[in-house]
Formats: sequence, structure tokens, C-alpha cells
Amino acid sequence: MTRSRSDLVWIPTFATLVAFAVPWPLWGVDRVVAGLPVWIWWHVAWLGLCATLFSLFVRSGAWERGMGRERAAAAESGGDRR
Amino acid sequence: MTLGLSLGVVVGYLVVALALGLVAYRVSETTAEDYYLASRSIGTLVLLFTTFATLLSAFTFFGGPNLAYAAGPEWLVVMGTLDGVLFAVLWYVVGYKQWLIGSRNGYVTLGEMLGDRFGSVGLRALVAGVSLLWLFPYVMLQQMGAGEALVGLTDGVVPYWGGAALITAFMILYVTVAGLRGVAWTDTLQGLFMLSIVWIAAAWVLSAVGGVGAATGAMLEARPEFGSFGGGTYTPGFIVSTAITIAFGVTMFPQINQRFFVAKSAATLKRSFALWPVLVLLLFLPAFMLGAWAAGMPIEVPEGANVLPVVLNEYAPAWFAALVIAGAMAAMMSSSDSMLLSGSSYFTRDLYRPLVDATASERREAWIARIGVALFATLAFVASLFRPGTLIEVGDTAFSGFALLALPVICALYWPRTTRTGMVAGIAVPQAAYLLVVLSSVVPIVPTLPRTVLGGWDVALGLMALSALLTVGVSLLTAPTAEGDASRFAVAGD
Repeated sequence: MTRSRSDLVWIPTFATLVAFAVPWPLWGVDRVVAGLPVWIWWHVAWLGLCATLFSLFVRSGAWERGMGRERAAAAESGGDRR
Repeated sequence: MTLGLSLGVVVGYLVVALALGLVAYRVSETTAEDYYLASRSIGTLVLLFTTFATLLSAFTFFGGPNLAYAAGPEWLVVMGTLDGVLFAVLWYVVGYKQWLIGSRNGYVTLGEMLGDRFGSVGLRALVAGVSLLWLFPYVMLQQMGAGEALVGLTDGVVPYWGGAALITAFMILYVTVAGLRGVAWTDTLQGLFMLSIVWIAAAWVLSAVGGVGAATGAMLEARPEFGSFGGGTYTPGFIVSTAITIAFGVTMFPQINQRFFVAKSAATLKRSFALWPVLVLLLFLPAFMLGAWAAGMPIEVPEGANVLPVVLNEYAPAWFAALVIAGAMAAMMSSSDSMLLSGSSYFTRDLYRPLVDATASERREAWIARIGVALFATLAFVASLFRPGTLIEVGDTAFSGFALLALPVICALYWPRTTRTGMVAGIAVPQAAYLLVVLSSVVPIVPTLPRTVLGGWDVALGLMALSALLTVGVSLLTAPTAEGDASRFAVAGD
């Protein structure tokens, strides 16, 4: 049960990932770093962060627990089901 | 001579893609599930690239750089956010659940899935009808893009209608012979091709103008406001509403939504999801920055032309510019053939069979599908000759139309209390309202209704909220019908 409660952390995590993919804190900032405006670097780094967290999410099994499919997922992890 | 070379490269590429489709056709079975879903057997690499290539159309390849050229590189952030992050999350929320339900109950289309759940042929036909309606401008967009691309490449020797006609002919030919397996295979080829070519193009142009720093410096000298984030076109309202309407819209696009059914396994879906943001960024970064950098280059972009081909003609050899155009045409074709293929499955399975002739043979259905594709593409071609707006405007209209379907569908997927009447109200009312807004700008006798309010907020965003309110509200007020069966969407513990 504690496991599925901690799974809920993913909801605010995803909300933050979506919301700050747009570099809102850098609104109006015009510094250029390493040849590109600094807010473009923010976006690039952020998408890298997204990919990392997405792969953690799929590995955590939180989705399967949320959908009530732990057993099916365990059966599948041995190999592709179809 | 260079003209012959350029055209040769473009046509040669299209022919290679067609050959690949024919090979796929030979290994195909003749069932509908194989034709439309490649028997639900698509692996990670192909799933990733087929979704990728399908997303990347004239809207991305030409519209994106054009907008970055005119209004600044913020478009990269808008598209990266909506495609790389928000769409990825929705892929999981909508797509994974749809995949589970679809592989249990054998659904091929969204309308079929909803129609079966709510026991309603009317709802099935409504979803299919709405989808086909908004698919039309998006197919048209690809034809406009191709027409403009060839004008740019050949300096007007090939007229606009010629390019549009060429791609129309190829996509009809392609869809009618190949089916999804062929589409998915060529998408993989085209996705890889586009990704490499756009990086080579960026490297080529950058080495000619003296590197990234010099390109950005020249851009800022010509357009100082490009350096700071936000401003001009990019109001918070514009950024948020564009990101939301397009990302939700994309999930309801027939060709994308149908991709949700095709994965071989859950592992395939998971790997694709985690790789998605990086893949999206790899394409958008060079493509849109080239558009933005072009603002600082000594080039002349004629009215109505696309920036990317102009830049390449200036800084890269003719054969390479032709190759990029071929890649872009490929992008449009892979979008269009997927759209037409999915559109034809919506038409035959959700409209023709349930409403016109339930006893039609498989053979007859296949013919109806092919005739439908040819007719639909030809009509879109005719409409594209009138060039009713810019690539971004036409695309945006279609995205918003689809976005209005998303929330009722999510509601149906996750809330067992959703009723048939709730779904119909939640889909029909916002669609009718949005159609009114769009048509009012085309039909001259009525006053044009505003598309955006209060500094760039899209009215479609408000209508999306309305669609959710109506679906939930009306569902609460009405009782589930006897034909409906919420257990069709249950996925727990099997």
C-alpha cells in the first residue's frame, strides 16, 4: 500500500516536467551562452531530464500498479506477451 | 542541368519509398487487422520512427522554420514542450490504456472502441465523421507544403500545382498498395533519413557562415528581440494554448491514435516513451534554429516561399538541397499516407459498414477503402490549390479540431460512470461551436468570429474545457444505457 501511495509522486513530477519544459523563469532573459540563447539550453537540458525520468517511471512499475495490473506485468516482464 | 538533377533526386527518392512499400505488400496478409495494424506486431524502433515520421509533416519541416524565421526561435520551445513532453505523457495516459483495451477486444479504430463500449453506432459514426472532417485540412496542408517545396527547389519551373499533384499521385498509389506494414517500414527509412539530413544541413550552413556563435550573432544583429525569451508572437497565452491544443489534438489524429494499437508488447511502448523526448529534440533543434539563424543571413525569402530551401540553395550544393527537399517531401508523404490509410479505415469500418452495408465482403470493403482514399486525396488536392492560409494556420485549425475530442475520450477511458449521452454531448457541442468559428472566417457573408482572445489565448482551449464539463455533467445527469458495457474498458488483473 505504501508503494502505491509513493507512486502518486509521479503525478506532480509529470506536471512539473510539462510546465517547466517552457523556461518560464528565463522570460525576457537575453544572455547568449555557448553560441545559443541561454533559454534554449534550459529547454535542451530539460528534455534530457524528461527522458531520464520517463525511463525511471516505466521501470518503477507505478503505472501497472495504478491500473491494477501487477500480475500481468510480472508475467510480461519475462518476455513479450503476444 | 541542375534542375534535372534536383527533380531526379526527389522523384528517385519517392520511387525507392514506393518500392519498399511493394516489398511490404508481398509479405502482408489480406486481413483488415494486418492491412491497418500490421497484425499488432510492430517493434520499438519501427514504432518510434513510424510515430515520429507521422508527426513530422509539412507543418514541422517548413512551417516550423518559417515561423522561427519570422517570429523567433521560441517555436523550438513550444514544439519541444508539446511534442517531446506533453504528447509523451499523453501517449502513456491515452495510448497505453488504449493498447491494453485494443489488444483484448481487437479494436482497429477509435470510433469502433467507443462505439462498442457505449453500444452505439451513432457515437461510432460521430467520432469517425469528426475525425475525417479535421483530417481533410491536414492532408491539404501536406499538398500545399509539397507544392511550395518544389517551387522553391526549381525556382518556379515546376508550378505549385505540379508539386501538389505529384505528391497526391504518390500517396494514393502508396496507400492503395501497401497497408500499414509498408507505411511503417518507409516511415522508419524516412525518419532516419530526415534526422541525418537535417543535421548535415545544419553543419553545412554553419560551417559556411562561421559557426554557431557567428550565426547567432548575425541573427541578433538583424533581430535583437530574437535573443530574449518571449515577446512578439510568443505571449504566454500563445505558448500555452498552442502547446495544449496541438498535444491533445495529436493524440486524436487518426494516424497517431491508430498507432496506439499496433505495439507488439508493453515493453515496446515503454522503450518508445522514454526515448521520445530526445528523438524529438534531435530533429527540432537543427531544423528550427536554421530557420531562426536565417534571419541574420544575407538572403531574400520571397513572399509565400519557405525559408529552409532558400537557405540551402544559398549555402549548400544543388544536389544536397534537392536531397533535403526530397526528405521533406518524404516527411509529408509519410504523414499523408498514414493519414489516408487511417482515414480509410475510419470510413469503411465506422461509417460504410455500420451505416450503409453491414454485409459487404472483405473484398468489397477493400475496394471501397481504396476508392475513398483516391477521392479524399483528390478533393484535398483541389482545395489545396486555393491556399486558404499559411501552413501553420491550416495545421493549427486541424489540431484544435482534434483536440476537442481528447478530453471526452480520456473521460471514457478512465471513468466508468461516463454515459453515451454524455459522450455525444461532450463531442458534438464543442465541435459544432468550433466549426462555426472556423467557417465564419471562410464564408464571406457572416462576421468573422475571433480565434484567439485576450492576447493569444485560443478559443479552442475554452471549448476543450467545455467538452470536459459537458461529458462529465451530462453523464452525471443521465443513466447508462442498457447497451453500454463499462467492463469493455476494464484492464485490471488479466
